[in-house]
Amino acid sequence: METLWFIIVAVMLTAYVVLDGFDLGAGVIYPFIARTSDDRRRVLRAIGPVWDGNEVWLLAAGGTLYFAFPQLYASGFSGFYLPLMMVLWLLMLRGIGIEFRTHMEHPVWQGFFDAVFSLSSVLLTIFFGAALGNVVRGVPLRQDGYFFEPLWTNFKLGTHPGILDWYTVMAGLVALVTLTAHGALYVAIKTEGELSARARSVAVVAWPVQFFLTCVSLVATYFACHRMFYNYGRHPVGLVVPVLVFGSLAVMVLATPKGKEKLAFIASSLYIAGMLVGAVFGLYPLVLPASTDPAYSLTIYNSAAGHHGLVVGFAWWILGAALTLAYFIFIYRIFRGKVKLEGEGY
Amino acid sequence: MDSALLMHRLHFAFTVTFHYLFPQLTMGLAPLMVVLKTMALRRNDETYNKAARFWARIFGINFVIGVVTGIPLEFQFGTNWSHFSRFAGGVIGQTLAMEGMFAFFLESAFLGLFLYGEKRLSPRAHWWSAVAVFLGSWLSGYFIVATDAWMQYPVGYARAADGSVQLSSFWALVLNRWAWWQYAHNMSGAAITGAFAMVSIGAFYLLWGKYAEYGRIFIKTGVMAGCIFSLLQLFPTGDRQGRLIARYQPVTLAAMEALFTSGPGAPLVIIGQPNVEERKIDNPILVPKMLSFLTYQRWEADVRGLDAFPQELWPQNISLLYYSYHIMVGLGTIFIAIMVISLFLLWCGKLFNARWMLWILMLSLPFPYIANTAGWMTAELGRQPWLVYGLFRTADGYSKTVSPGNAMFTLLGFMGMYTVLGILFLFLVRREIENGPDLDSAVHGQVTSR
Ligand code: HDD
Ligand code: HEM
Ligand code: HEM
Repeated sequence: METLWFIIVAVMLTAYVVLDGFDLGAGVIYPFIARTSDDRRRVLRAIGPVWDGNEVWLLAAGGTLYFAFPQLYASGFSGFYLPLMMVLWLLMLRGIGIEFRTHMEHPVWQGFFDAVFSLSSVLLTIFFGAALGNVVRGVPLRQDGYFFEPLWTNFKLGTHPGILDWYTVMAGLVALVTLTAHGALYVAIKTEGELSARARSVAVVAWPVQFFLTCVSLVATYFACHRMFYNYGRHPVGLVVPVLVFGSLAVMVLATPKGKEKLAFIASSLYIAGMLVGAVFGLYPLVLPASTDPAYSLTIYNSAAGHHGLVVGFAWWILGAALTLAYFIFIYRIFRGKVKLEGEGY
Repeated sequence: MDSALLMHRLHFAFTVTFHYLFPQLTMGLAPLMVVLKTMALRRNDETYNKAARFWARIFGINFVIGVVTGIPLEFQFGTNWSHFSRFAGGVIGQTLAMEGMFAFFLESAFLGLFLYGEKRLSPRAHWWSAVAVFLGSWLSGYFIVATDAWMQYPVGYARAADGSVQLSSFWALVLNRWAWWQYAHNMSGAAITGAFAMVSIGAFYLLWGKYAEYGRIFIKTGVMAGCIFSLLQLFPTGDRQGRLIARYQPVTLAAMEALFTSGPGAPLVIIGQPNVEERKIDNPILVPKMLSFLTYQRWEADVRGLDAFPQELWPQNISLLYYSYHIMVGLGTIFIAIMVISLFLLWCGKLFNARWMLWILMLSLPFPYIANTAGWMTAELGRQPWLVYGLFRTADGYSKTVSPGNAMFTLLGFMGMYTVLGILFLFLVRREIENGPDLDSAVHGQVTSR
C-alpha cells in the first residue's frame, strides 16, 4: 500500500510539473517573445483559462502527500521553511500578475505586472528544480525525524549542506531550461504567425543547453549521490528511463524546427516525466534521504499514515482522479485551437 | 506563553482570517450567480445575463485572492504546525486531500470555463459551468469545515503505537455530526455575505441613479436570499451549534457567556464586560434565567460556570472570546431586523424609493464579514488550550525546528503582502462597480469576455 501511494504522489507531482510547467515556461519566455501588446494578451490568453487548474495539481499533490505520508510532510515542510515561504510568495505574485494585468488598462501598470509575472515564473522554476535537487541529495535529518536547513552555506556538499549548493543550483538550472523549452513549445502551438515562430526559435535554441545540462546532471548525480543508481543495478527495467529521456530529446530536436510543435511538446512532456520518474525510481523506498546518518532517512514505511486510512483513501482517490481527468480533457477540448483575441472569434 | 508558540499562532490566525474574507464571498455569490443565470435562461432576458456577468467579474477578482491566500494555509500545516501534522495527519489528511481532489479541481476547472468560455458554450452549457463552480465551492467548504469539526470534536480515529492518531472510520470522519451543523451555519453565514454584497451594490446604484434596473435586480435577489439565510443563521443552525458546545465543550460555553459561577437559572448577559481577574461581569445587563432556557429548554436548569472546571482547562483569552461571540450574535440579530424590514418594504413596493433604507443597506456591507470573522474567532479561541479537543494541546503542535524569529519574519512578510493584495482588491472591485454591469466586453478592451 505504501508503494502504491508513493507512485500516486509521484504521478501527481509529475502531472503538476508537466502541466504547470508549460505556463511557468510561458512566463519565462514572455518578455522575450511577446513584443506587442497584442502578443502579450495572446500569451496570457493561452494560459489564462488553465493555469489555476494546473496549479491545483500542486495543491492536490501536497494534500495527498499530507494524507499518505504525514511524517514526511511535517519534516520536509518545516525543514524547508524559508524557501517554501518564498515559493508561496512567488506563487501569489505570479497569480496576481497573470490575473490582474487584464484588469489594469494603464501601460505602466501593465508593464509592472508583466515583470512580476515573468520574474516570478523564472524564480519558481529554479526553486522547484532546487527542491528536487535537495530531496535527491538528502537533508540533515536528525534522529527525531526533523531538520532545518539554512539557505546556503559554502555551496559544497557534506553532512550539513545548505538548501543551495552546487548540486541543487544545477538542478535548478536544468529545470529552468527544460521548462523554458516546454513553455515555448506550448506557446508555439497555441499562437500563430510571428509570435509562434519566435516561440519555436526559443525552443530550438534551448535544446542544446538542455541536452548538455541533462548529461551534466547525470554525471553530477553519480558523484554527489551514488545511492541513486543502486536501484538501476538491482532492477534493470529502470534503464528504460534514460532511454525515454534521451529518446524524447531526440524527438524534440527533430520535430521542433520542422514545425511539428505538437509532437515536440509531447516529447518534452515525456522528457520531464522521464527525468522525474528517474529520480523517484532511484530514491525508492526512500522519500527523504538523510545526509547525516542513512539510518535517519525517511522511507515510505516510517513516514506513512495508518493502513486503514491508506486503503480507504485509495477508493476515493480513484474516483477523484477519474473525475479530474474528465474535467481536464473536457476543458482542454473546449479551449483547443489557436488563441484569437476578441473580434477574431475566440 | 512562549514566544515561538505565540508567533506560530498569530501566523496561522492572521493568514486564515485574511483568507476567509474571500471564500465567504465566493461561496455566498456562487448560488446567487446560479439564480441570475437561471433567470436569464428562463426569461431569455439579456439584462440578467449582463447582471450575472458583472458578478462574475467581481467573483473572478475575489477568487484569485482566495486562491493565492489559500495556498499558504495548506502549506502552513507542514511549515508551522509540523508536530500537529505528524500527530493528526493520518486523519485530517483525508479531508484535506479530498478537498483538493474533489472540490478544488472542480471549481478551478469550471471557473476557467465560466469566465472565459461563454462564447464557446451554449447558454445551457454555460449555466452548467456556473452550477459546477457553485458545487465546487460548497464542496470545498464542506471538507475544510469537516477538518475543523474534527479538531473540535474528534471522531473515527484510533491511537497508533507512536502516539499519533490514525483513521479508524472513514464515515465517522466525513459524517461527523459536529461538521453538519457547523457546515450549515458557516455556509449560511457565507450566503449572508453574498446577499449583503449584492444588496449593497444594488442600493449604491439606486442612490447613484445609474444602472437602476440592475440595482433593482440585485436588491430583489439579495433581500430574498438575505432574509432566508439570516433566519437560518439563528435557527436552527446557530442554536444547534450552541447545544453541541453546551454538551461537548461546556467549559467553552461558560467562557463564551462569561458565566463565572455555576448554578440553576443562569442569566444571559446581553451587554457587559467580563472582568476575568475578579471573575465577574462589569456593568452587566442580564436576562435572568435565559441562558438555562436556551441551552437546556428549562428555566431552572443547572448550567456549569467556569468555576466548575480547573483553570488550566479554561480558554486562555476569555474576554476576546466573549466579545467575539457577542458581536456575532448581536450582528446576527441586527441582520434579521434589516432583512425582514427590507423584505416588507419590497413587498409593499416601497423599498426602491425608501432612501433611508437604501443607505442602511449600502453601508451594511462590512458587517457580515465582521460577523463571520467573529464567529470563527469564537470557535477557534473557544477550542483553546486544545488544538484537537481533549487530545492534543496547541502548545505541543507547532514546528519546534522553526525559530520564533523565522516565524515572525514570515508573518511580517505575509502582512506586507496581504496589505498590498487588499488594496489592489479594493481598487479593482471599485473600478468594476463604477464601470457598471452595462459594460460590453468589447468596450471593456482588456477584460475580454470576462
Ligand atoms: C454572518 C455570520 C454569522 C452570524 C450572523 C452568526 N454566526 Fe454563528 N458563526 C458564524 C457566523 C455567523 C461562523 C463564522 O460561520 C461560525 C464560526 C465557526 C462556524 O462553524 O461558524 C460561527 C459559529 C457559531 C457557534 C460555534 C462556536 C464554537 O464552535 O465555539 C455558535 C454557537 C454560533 N455561531 C451561534 C450563533 C447564533 C446563536 C447566532 C445568532 C444569530 C449566530 N451564530 C449568528
Ligand atoms: C476561516 C475561518 C477561520 C478563522 C477566522 C480562524 C481563526 C483562527 C484564529 C483566530 C486562531 C488563533 C487561535 C488562538 O491564537 O488562540 C486560529 C488557530 C488555528 N486554526 Fe483556525 N480559523 C479558521 C478556520 C480554521 C480551519 C477551517 C481550520 C482547520 C482546518 C483551522 C485550524 C487552526 C489551527 C491549526 C490553528 C492553530 C492552533 C491554534 O492556535 O489553535 N482554522 N484560527
Ligand atoms: C485552515 C484552513 C484552510 C485551508 C488550509 C484552506 C486552503 C485553501 C486553498 C489551498 C485554496 C486555493 C484553492 C485553489 O487553488 O483553487 C483555498 C480556496 C478556497 N477556500 Fe480555503 N482554506 C482554509 C479555510 C477555508 C475555510 C474555513 C473555508 C470555508 C468554509 C474555505 C473555503 C475555500 C473556498 C471556497 C476556496 C475557493 C477559492 C476562493 O474563491 O477563495 N477555506 N483554500
